[in-house]
Amino acid sequence: MDVTNLESVRDDDFIHAVMEESGQDLTHCYQCGNCTAGCPCGFVYDIQVSQIMRNLQAGRKDKVLNSRSIWLCLSCSSCTTRCPNNIDVARVMDVLRHIARREGRVAEKGVTTFWDAFLASVRKHGRVYELGVVANYVARTGRVWTDIDLLPRIAPKGKLSPMPHGIQGRDEIARIFQRYEEERTR
Amino acid sequence: MNLAYYPGCSGLGTSREYERSTRAACAALGVKLTEIPDWSCCGSTPAHALEHALSGALSARNLVGAARAGCDTVATPCPSCLSNLKTARHRMADDGFRAKVGRLLDESADKLADLPDVQSVLETLVTRVGLDAIRAKVRQPFAGLRVAPYYGCIMTRPADVMRFDDPENPTSMDDLLTALGAEVVPFPYKVECCGASYGVTRRDIVARLSGRLLGAARDAGAHAVVVACPLCQMNLDLRQTQVEWPGGKAVDMPVFYFTQLLGRALGVPDAELGLEQLCVDPGIAFRRAAQVVAARQAEEAAQAAKAAAKAAQARQAAAVNEGGRA
Ligand code: SF4
Ligand code: SF4
Repeated sequence: MDVTNLESVRDDDFIHAVMEESGQDLTHCYQCGNCTAGCPCGFVYDIQVSQIMRNLQAGRKDKVLNSRSIWLCLSCSSCTTRCPNNIDVARVMDVLRHIARREGRVAEKGVTTFWDAFLASVRKHGRVYELGVVANYVARTGRVWTDIDLLPRIAPKGKLSPMPHGIQGRDEIARIFQRYEEERTR
Repeated sequence: MNLAYYPGCSGLGTSREYERSTRAACAALGVKLTEIPDWSCCGSTPAHALEHALSGALSARNLVGAARAGCDTVATPCPSCLSNLKTARHRMADDGFRAKVGRLLDESADKLADLPDVQSVLETLVTRVGLDAIRAKVRQPFAGLRVAPYYGCIMTRPADVMRFDDPENPTSMDDLLTALGAEVVPFPYKVECCGASYGVTRRDIVARLSGRLLGAARDAGAHAVVVACPLCQMNLDLRQTQVEWPGGKAVDMPVFYFTQLLGRALGVPDAELGLEQLCVDPGIAFRRAAQVVAARQAEEAAQAAKAAAKAAQARQAAAVNEGGRA
């Protein structure tokens, strides 16, 4: 069993940061387990979502931010919908990803690599270019595309654009990303 | 109402048939869509998982564009775009957030205080056109077609942001499909997640979650699943060969966009609805429906024959009786 002296690991700044950024009152969680019961992704989580809420209350920053669960959360809002205390749990999960990324902690690299490839495409073209995202992801992970078996199914359907759909406001979009980065590093 | 239209990036690619059928069905119903000029990507999940102000800025640029085009409402077919646009608008009520988003954009923050309303194309059709008006325009009602309506996880959730239909048991698409003459099967996983975009990075998640959805549709006796989301459609249709079917018994389950069935019932030609762009042959569903109709007709004919025979017997008996008395 995992026994912890809560006082020794409690990080109050972390608790406040999560409350502040998510706009949610973590103290309202009374561990009913509804969020966990409805979470479709619980079968791959290392820490169930209600346990994340409990660990947040206890200020166990490392435990929460190093978990794989925060990267596997599908943002389906099932937890938010079923929480009897109206906590937007999915939004808390989002905020945990934000903080973990800022601190350079990512327990499921494949997921963020894919997201980064997606955002790089948006930044470059203004609209996401699906084939480009996959190519970028494959290049960054060095993985052979695992969906290669789907190619004969989708290729004849004429849905994979060979070219990106660039927009006129491309520079405007690039500026959004640039300013976001400047704000972050300030 | 002045309706702006936000197609979403996948509408130019993997969900091209959703985009085409949306335009065709709206045109058939007299709904005019004004595409937002030079619209850009909302950033989808990768953006909101990275930072909310970034996601808000990418969404807000499009809402500002819609307002500038003189529109008071934005309609989008894609639930992921819907969720981002709606959430962005919702959070603009917060001064701090609005200021933060404003700093990322070329716009001033006060432009962001009053952005157009956002709704899904499904909401637009059901609430603005209305089911009665749609029913009146149905030219080829479906007969015998049993469908499992699948809404996906975020079109109605979280409820206080989405403000449309029931967050756990939505019925708008059920009602629409019923108005088209289709039969809606009881489907318990209407809003359960299909695994979203994790197919690329964690195929095990999508295989399990989408398999569960397809299995439930199969067990409910559906001829097809009907969806309103590009990602759901891709997972259930394109990835059907990858999913884990509970109970092991795989079937070919066609997966339609609701706009394709709507267009078909309204008499729009199949070619305009992109039916040929679906991976699992949609004809399977129509053939299964035709079998249901044929079986029902055979049953009715048998009943009628039985009744006729009974009547004939009764007449004969009566004649014999009459003869006996004479
Ligand atoms: S939003 Fe994330 S944590 Fe909440 S139920 Fe869905 S997958 Fe689980
Ligand atoms: S549903 Fe809400 S109250 Fe219940 S355990 Fe989850 S977060 Fe806590």
